[in-house]
Amino acid sequence: MTARRIIPCLDVKDGRVVKGVRFEGHRDMGDAAELAARYRDSGADELVFYDIAASPEGRTLDYGWVEDIARLLDIPFCVAGGIRTVEQAARCLDHGADKVSINSPALERPELIAGMAERLGRQCVVVGVDSQFQDGEWRVHKYTGDPNARRGAGRLTMDWIVEAQGLGAGEIVLNCIDQDGVRKGYDVAQLRAARDRLTIPLVASGGAGAVEHFTTVFREADVSGALAASVFHSGTIAIPDLKRALDANGVEVRL
Amino acid sequence: MTVSLLAYGAGNIASVRFAFERLGAAVELVSTPDAIAAVERLVLPGVGAAGYAMARLRELGLVEAIRAFPRPLLGVCLGQQLLFETSVEDGGAELLGLIPGRVEAIVPAADRTVPHMGWSRLARRVDHPLLAGVEDGAWAYFVHGFVCPDGPATLAAADYGGPVPAVVADGHRMGCQFHPERSAAAGQRILQNFLELPA
Repeated sequence: MTARRIIPCLDVKDGRVVKGVRFEGHRDMGDAAELAARYRDSGADELVFYDIAASPEGRTLDYGWVEDIARLLDIPFCVAGGIRTVEQAARCLDHGADKVSINSPALERPELIAGMAERLGRQCVVVGVDSQFQDGEWRVHKYTGDPNARRGAGRLTMDWIVEAQGLGAGEIVLNCIDQDGVRKGYDVAQLRAARDRLTIPLVASGGAGAVEHFTTVFREADVSGALAASVFHSGTIAIPDLKRALDANGVEVRL
Repeated sequence: MTVSLLAYGAGNIASVRFAFERLGAAVELVSTPDAIAAVERLVLPGVGAAGYAMARLRELGLVEAIRAFPRPLLGVCLGQQLLFETSVEDGGAELLGLIPGRVEAIVPAADRTVPHMGWSRLARRVDHPLLAGVEDGAWAYFVHGFVCPDGPATLAAADYGGPVPAVVADGHRMGCQFHPERSAAAGQRILQNFLELPA
């Protein structure tokens, strides 16, 4: 079996790691490569780098920092941000990324998922989904990196993740926007519902604020990995302590 | 130390290359039969589908050169699968046929997502120079949807609803199902061991 993955997410803007509350009001957290090395050494199982401004600004991410990070890391990492063609995804892999996460472009052109899976293999195709509870349903949002560009995507979350899996997604990262940045815990009900509909790995995102939140999401939502940003960047939770606590609570982790 | 990576358009060249460079090795890319024949040790990377990878190897005329290569050969991830005879992937694919057996699909189950993606423990079966210094139970990072046949070539296996041959060897032909370049200390040690095998 696999260990439950702890995945720090580094939201990158102009080469710096930033983090905001509910994606608004970004705060500088430090240099991306510096933080990557710190997480590698502290026992992170995987890292995700989101160029959060790329998609709303209509550009793709900078392959330069992808390669800098690939040279440095001996753990897997995923990149995201403004990747809208199979060719751009292939270039991310050529520069050393292990996975490519797509979000808004996949909503506009779902065949992008199939194209990436066919050419690059589904193992590297991650579909990120930003989901919010509105009018009695979990609904997909897009362009969440920019408060001005952000809007509803006209899809139900549970339908979209199943469609993405069918098209060739190898993993879903479900970011529960209601929880993002507020540190009240992962949205276990939504993640459990998603888990029950998928056969591919599911990663929880949004809401981590305390060690117990990780224990709960692994036990109750049965997710493969848990992604978090601010609690790691701020030092509120140290990854070695988190992993020891999970281990002590019977959650298998890589120690 | 020099190591040669086969560049054939279906491989995770960059990350494997950087991992060897972190170990201080000189890395060269090769993509012709003549170049393969001349190298000291050869790495066959691979991501994506087995049928596509084999088609690329055939187009470039590399199949016989890999089969005839007499020195240490390491298949990584899909590269390990390519060492076997056939795969059920892509409706059935003919592979390099260097190690007996057929590559099968991993079947999803309640406690088993597919692809097998993440860190699993390596259970050692036999001692081998490729595993020198890698402790039993060491963690390695896997990403794959198909699994090699378990047999005498298995040096170490992971458990994923059944044995997953994780490190294999048949003479000078070896493979890692997981990504050693992304498997922290254990992966680094295996790549170091590969560099130190007598060529």
